Amino acid sequence: MTNLNLSRRGFLSTASAGLVIGVVLPERSRAQSGAATAFDPAADPATFAPNAFVRVAPDDTVTVLIKHIEFGQGPNTGLATLVAEELDADWSQMRAESAPANDELYANTLFGLQGTGGSTAMANSYMQMRKAGAAARAMLVDAAAAEWGVPASEITISKGRISHPNGTEAGFGAFAEKAATMTAPAEPKLKEAKDFTLIGTDVPKLDTHAKTTGQAEYTMDVYREGMETVVVAHPDKMGAVVASFDDTDALKVPGVIAVREIPQGVAVYAKTTGAALKGREALQVKWDDSKAETRSSAQIYADFSRAAAEGGRAAEEVGDAMAGIDGAAQVIEAEFHFPYLAHAALEPLDAVLEVTDGKAELWMGSQFPSLDKPTLAATLGIDPSEVQINVMFAGGSFGRRAQPTAHVAAEVAEIAKAAGGNGSWKLLWTREDDMIGGYYRPLTVHKMKGGLDADGNIVGWHDVVVNQSIMAGGPMEGMMKDGMDPTSYEGATKMPYDLPALKVDWVRQDSPVSVLWWRSVGHSHTGYATEVFLDQLLEVGGKDPVQGRLDLMKGDAGRDRGVLEKVAALAGWDGTKVKGDRAYGVAVHESFNTYVAQIVEVSDQGGFPKVHKIWCAVDCGVAVNPNVIRAQIEGGAGYGLGSVLFDEVTLGEGGTIMERNFDTYRMLRINEMPQVEVAIVQSDNDPTGIGEPGLPPVGPAVANAWRALTGQAVTKLPFTKSVGV
Amino acid sequence: MINFTLNGKEVSVDAPDDTPLLWVLRDDLRLTGTKFGCGIAQCGACTVELNGMTRRSCVTPLSMVEGSYVTTIEGVDGPEAKAVQAAWEAIDVPQCGWCQSGQVMSAMALLREIPNPTDEDIDNAMAGNICRCATYVRIREAIKNAAKELEG
Repeated sequence: MTNLNLSRRGFLSTASAGLVIGVVLPERSRAQSGAATAFDPAADPATFAPNAFVRVAPDDTVTVLIKHIEFGQGPNTGLATLVAEELDADWSQMRAESAPANDELYANTLFGLQGTGGSTAMANSYMQMRKAGAAARAMLVDAAAAEWGVPASEITISKGRISHPNGTEAGFGAFAEKAATMTAPAEPKLKEAKDFTLIGTDVPKLDTHAKTTGQAEYTMDVYREGMETVVVAHPDKMGAVVASFDDTDALKVPGVIAVREIPQGVAVYAKTTGAALKGREALQVKWDDSKAETRSSAQIYADFSRAAAEGGRAAEEVGDAMAGIDGAAQVIEAEFHFPYLAHAALEPLDAVLEVTDGKAELWMGSQFPSLDKPTLAATLGIDPSEVQINVMFAGGSFGRRAQPTAHVAAEVAEIAKAAGGNGSWKLLWTREDDMIGGYYRPLTVHKMKGGLDADGNIVGWHDVVVNQSIMAGGPMEGMMKDGMDPTSYEGATKMPYDLPALKVDWVRQDSPVSVLWWRSVGHSHTGYATEVFLDQLLEVGGKDPVQGRLDLMKGDAGRDRGVLEKVAALAGWDGTKVKGDRAYGVAVHESFNTYVAQIVEVSDQGGFPKVHKIWCAVDCGVAVNPNVIRAQIEGGAGYGLGSVLFDEVTLGEGGTIMERNFDTYRMLRINEMPQVEVAIVQSDNDPTGIGEPGLPPVGPAVANAWRALTGQAVTKLPFTKSVGV
Repeated sequence: MINFTLNGKEVSVDAPDDTPLLWVLRDDLRLTGTKFGCGIAQCGACTVELNGMTRRSCVTPLSMVEGSYVTTIEGVDGPEAKAVQAAWEAIDVPQCGWCQSGQVMSAMALLREIPNPTDEDIDNAMAGNICRCATYVRIREAIKNAAKELEG
């Protein structure tokens, strides 16, 4: 490191490989204060290199360090696009690399810690990454101007080529070294939207080739010298712990090295995966159920249903809903049941940990590195600064890897601690571990009541939501306000409809069952309950599902209105709910500041719905990569459809978890996947989330079509429990 | 010691006979493109070719492959493989990517069997491969595009 210029708003360094540029973190995030100390000029340059977003190499490649984990939702491509846009790079020179765990540099500006979730990757990176690219561009221009002896204002960049009207031209790499000596602009100038050449286009995804050829490296693909593979016998009741175990037969299995009790269960250490799995088969474990959830799902539903009748605390109140319902000409009631759901990402949970003389290196699909790091360090009894986390590609998450409890990091750390000393261990969860491992979408009951006047207008709406809180009792509890957890009922509140009297209550229930955010979180059930119940009220009131919704929408619900009108046009909606053997259902729902409306086409095949087509309109602000947006809508709809049709994690007699693999927890398959047609609303609003919002409307749209076709209202999910049985 | 031909090269493996081929490929031979998803032949992430037929390696004991020809995603070649992978890349099929090695293996086998598959053919051939990200719309489109490419 020979030159270093630090400005208040930026930094740069010359690493041996070329220009490294980082940007500024937001004023109020925890990042700001730490960032200043992270760039001590005396520090080893090698430790500087990762503390940045942009690297320009002498070979002209531009690598963007991606602070969000890539598990299919597209941040590697999306964030690199933002940098490339402002840098005027050519897409072919762009590369993406996962940023390491570093709170100071890579915090999510909306969380104040490094993490991915809530469909925030694009929303919180949009300006930050653009500034990173713009700063790099300005410094390259300054470097070229100095080298060529021309004014910077005369230099242009296009598709990765820096040029001057006198005919001189060069790539970025030629100026990587020199650009590092330039001063970073305090406030880099950003492009106007009309000048975008990459944002808004379908640039090819950067991770596609590796994932098509088997070369992409995930946690499970990491092998270290002398590494032991470890599987853990976990309880199949939530909250059970080890009472005693007999490892006599397990230790006889060739390749099994040791069996050790850890807080999470009994760990079998082996030379190979095959030996570890056989060893676990041979292990005898007795469980202590005294603190476990021993109620069955049926008992829990009954308890929640009773609790709903007793009422809860108001999460939203408009007018006097009870009076509205009492005075109504007609009252409709429905009780909705939503089961526990497993995320069932196709790569089960896993981690590789190497401990060397008090230092730890972790390879993991870590979604909250900021929480995994201190947990790992505390368990191992070392300082967090001695922990390095390599954030790997993950084979899906859907919320499952965003762990406030950092339980996978904790488990692999306990494995290392129990073994003692130096070594490397791969913790492998099998599908069964993943299915019985908890952290489910909370089982939820919505008890709903609606009143209509003589003209069929809604005069009162009451929704009592009963479930466990995801945030209570964990490190996220501080995000609750006045004991209320919005993730329990989000989407049931703040509906786009202007109802004269409305009340939404929440009743919190506790259980040893661990619960977690599952793709779209509260919206996964509130979207269904509200849009199905509303559809029923519109039907009873003699209103059209599309026009009836539009008529109810608030004055400021322009974006909800926009997507609903757009999807109606896309699907050719003419008010006919049933045509021949096909029925059509509609739903609209906003989540994570993205607005989505869907219309589905459904037929009755052997007494069960077959979904043929989904039309979808989405408004997620500026569409950075329309192809990725379409893919997330297709995927979100498919994920949601499979879940409402087939899926439930059932606690059986005594609380035993019944579904253990894909033979009983059914995944949607290709023959069940409808066609999907997506229209993206043109928008100048800043981009918002896309990983989750495609999910909530699909279930209610299918239920509404099914009711139109058969007269049956499906209120108990999944469909397999209510339909054709 | 079990001997077989893997991606055109002869290999010898010293592991218990009943070890699933999946773990032999990954742990012993370090070919990690073949993925573990369920262990009970329900998801297809571990699909390989055994003597020219697709096979779920998670339920294939090592003893079964003695003297056989095994092809994994790392060793695929030929016009179908090229067409399928090119079609996959052209429309960005993968999301998380975990299932895609298996999807590509099954799609290649389908096109060798049926050069111009109908939607029903695609359903029949691909229903054993779960994609939790539900990239199915694109898998279907990519297979059709690959078929066209091979025809042309």
